[in-house]
Amino acid sequence: MRYEIRLSGSGGQGMILAGVILAEAAAIYDEKNATQSQSYGPEARGGASKSDVIISDEDIDYPKATNIDLLLALTQEACDKYICDLRKKAILIADSFRVLKMPEGDFRVFHLPILKTADEVVGKAIVANIVALGAIVEITGIVSREAIESAVMARVPRGTEDLNRKALTAGINIVRQYMKDAPGDSPLAS
Amino acid sequence: MFVQGNHACVLGALRAGCRFFAGYPITPSSEIMEILASELPKIGGKFIQMEDEIAAMGAVIGASLTGLKAMTATSGPGFSLKQENIGYAAMAEIPCVVVNVQRGGPSTGLPTQSSQADVQQARWGTHGDHEIIVLAPSTIPEIYTTTIWAFNYAERFRTPVILLLDEIIGHMREMLKIPPDDEIELWDRPRPECEPGDYRPYQMVDTDIPPMADFGSGYRYHVTGLCHDETGFPTNDPQIIDRVMRRLTRKISRYRDQIYRSRESNLEGSEIVLFSYGSTARAAKQAMDLLRREKLNVGLFRPVTIWPFPEEQVRKIARASRHIIVCEANMGQIVREVERISCSQTNVHLVNSMNGEPVTPSQIMEQVKEVY
Repeated sequence: MRYEIRLSGSGGQGMILAGVILAEAAAIYDEKNATQSQSYGPEARGGASKSDVIISDEDIDYPKATNIDLLLALTQEACDKYICDLRKKAILIADSFRVLKMPEGDFRVFHLPILKTADEVVGKAIVANIVALGAIVEITGIVSREAIESAVMARVPRGTEDLNRKALTAGINIVRQYMKDAPGDSPLAS
Repeated sequence: MFVQGNHACVLGALRAGCRFFAGYPITPSSEIMEILASELPKIGGKFIQMEDEIAAMGAVIGASLTGLKAMTATSGPGFSLKQENIGYAAMAEIPCVVVNVQRGGPSTGLPTQSSQADVQQARWGTHGDHEIIVLAPSTIPEIYTTTIWAFNYAERFRTPVILLLDEIIGHMREMLKIPPDDEIELWDRPRPECEPGDYRPYQMVDTDIPPMADFGSGYRYHVTGLCHDETGFPTNDPQIIDRVMRRLTRKISRYRDQIYRSRESNLEGSEIVLFSYGSTARAAKQAMDLLRREKLNVGLFRPVTIWPFPEEQVRKIARASRHIIVCEANMGQIVREVERISCSQTNVHLVNSMNGEPVTPSQIMEQVKEVY
């Protein structure tokens, strides 16, 4: 099974690093096949930025997502731009403060306060990408808890381990809270 | 290891014995320079950030003349600037590896987006008749091994070798398993065995590749971009020039079989053959797999050696197939070569993209179904 993930937002939100960590979790710690590729503008900050992660039991040839199973959108622009690449019944995770106009279609929506949680609960806006990874893993189970935690720890600067562990947990918690508030939907993790 | 293509290129270069890098940073190749800046000094190698692209190419030539395996890395605009010195290396027969991680052009074009629009420039970018070896890998493990082959060819055939990557495979990450020593061949340049006083640097030899002395090792000789005789000094003698020019071409063309590297899938019995290279070949491979699941007989020919062009293989495919579909991320550059070689023996089509976005598997599948 080929599983296509696109992490999108604006430059500086850490979407490419989040893609690298997610792919490393799958490839190194869960020993699946994975690729990570990226697309960004010439700006250092701002501008559209996205990272595609493909996870599969089989060999992966084409490294770009064209039939997306999961889209993370941290800006309205990213959400509007990539929504058309979602397959039916795909998952859309959108930031509840930056994505106000939610698209309609045949997909499951998780409208989560990712940026706000990073800023107010974890205490640093910069860890929004790690909060998002926590949410993705809680919703999909596409990589294991252990794998994502190991991959995050291996990538973040020394001295920020606790902060990032807190961010990962916060991401998991906002999904649990979201599920509680919207009964009927259950996580897709198997 | 789970690494980026540019990182795999560095690891391959170091394994091949690269001990000198000079460059000037440019997206999307900068990671090669960045990683080598920290790795080369650890093993006694030298790294120099030069004042510009032209100087970087000059420094690589100088380092190679002293006997070091030397490399530079750049992208489109820098590749244009390096052409003059690449010609110098071809004329003076100085081994070197030039990595071009392609981005959109012309000019500064699309710094962060991919393209394969430098494949003809890689062949004919510098002026004058010359042979050159150009390699275009498709996967991260293949970037590692192909970088080693780039050094091997540069050294053995005393020629610049162009390693053509592109933004997609340069920046994408994938698993890399480092091959064990017994799977890696390392070639060195031929070196003189005669006394320094008897040394003729551009001697006509049976192999067509004269031995090359390291500068500073006691062998003194003259290096120039002008047409030169066996001593290395300029000449206008038409007979000598004729001999040298023919040897310069022959020293690559007669070793074609050693230089060709390619991957073939399902060519036998396929009336439609996809022809693709570099990152676009990944889309072609996926398209082929999906089409074969639908019971369509489609094969794939994926040259890693782009130049010299795999003429014999293409001629064979042209005779055996009804359609060749060339997939490349440019306005149609290698398709010209395929058309020329196949001589109307088959139908040649182009599936392409030149807007910074990659060619997609569905684009290729559509074209196959149209002609099937």
